[in-house]
Amino acid sequence: MINYIWFIIIAFGIIFGLVTGRGEIVSKAIVNSTASTVELTIELLGLMCLWCGIMRIAQKSGLTDKLAKILKPILRIIFKDSFKNDKIMTPMIMNLTSNMMGLSNAATPFGIETMNEMEKVNPVKGTATNDMAKFLVLNAACIQFIPTSVISIRAACGSQNPGIIIIPAIITTGIAAFMGITYCKILERYF
Amino acid sequence: MSYAIKAIIPIIILLIIVYGMLKNIKVYECFVEGARDGISICIKIFPYLLAMIIAVTVFRESHAMNYFIALAKPIVKIIGLPPELVPLALVKPLSGSGAMGIFAETLKKYGADSYIGLVASIMMGSTETIFYTITVYYGAAGIKKIRHTLWAAVLADITAIIMAVTFAKFII
Repeated sequence: MINYIWFIIIAFGIIFGLVTGRGEIVSKAIVNSTASTVELTIELLGLMCLWCGIMRIAQKSGLTDKLAKILKPILRIIFKDSFKNDKIMTPMIMNLTSNMMGLSNAATPFGIETMNEMEKVNPVKGTATNDMAKFLVLNAACIQFIPTSVISIRAACGSQNPGIIIIPAIITTGIAAFMGITYCKILERYF
Repeated sequence: MSYAIKAIIPIIILLIIVYGMLKNIKVYECFVEGARDGISICIKIFPYLLAMIIAVTVFRESHAMNYFIALAKPIVKIIGLPPELVPLALVKPLSGSGAMGIFAETLKKYGADSYIGLVASIMMGSTETIFYTITVYYGAAGIKKIRHTLWAAVLADITAIIMAVTFAKFII
């Protein structure tokens, strides 16, 4: 899918530019954009490293476990069917807390494990259960306490206040997650 | 409250290192170790950024973007999304790193602290790549019938966009 989109954007852009006589401008744009990407990445480097360092401290000091404790009562309400099954809930909590800490590389294996465990107790193999859908929606709209790359890119692009979006982003995601679960509850009756 | 929002970065850093100290963590060594990962992340995302920034720059400089925006305008007006952000909204559910490239290009063009820049930032900081997650997780478990999953996730994504459009007005 992303292959087609990338192809369409770039091919259509070049053809459109050539036809409308902007060939020279497009040519310059291509060369300049490579240089500006290098600049951006270099500016990004410092802040990315800063946040990765800070988040490592948070991770090592056990903030993840604290989060897990806060999450449990909320998950009990959302996942009524799966909550009693520890084999499902343990990787699920690890998955969600990793996402919240912005460790998406760590989150994926836990997410897959959660899915596999849910499938084991699934009465209709191969068909998504209500809890599976809810778990995926929670993954798609998961609160991230420090959106490190977004802040870093904002700073690299000359923002006066890169962190100003953190709280609005958390509230936005919280509402999206809540609504996502609500949509699941409504739609699960019709599918 | 508004001061807290403006000073949130130093506040977060202070809270985390104080908590680390209280838990007897070697904060300096931990920081250096984590910061090393930052370098590899930057190198890893560079080709994605390059691919998307070239594509979007070409699309914009050839003026194809102007027509695309004019086309998309009546549709996105319903939820209040600035038409300039349609490319971001379309790529975001498909590819996180691709969206990152478009996001950076958008901020450069319109300014990180402009209304468009703020909406884009909140969008980027909120939802994840739906299609990727569904493909990987369901693929691994062998789920073929996904039922309402995609619909609920797309609706949640649209909700996030509407919220981003609303909240950006408060912080501009």
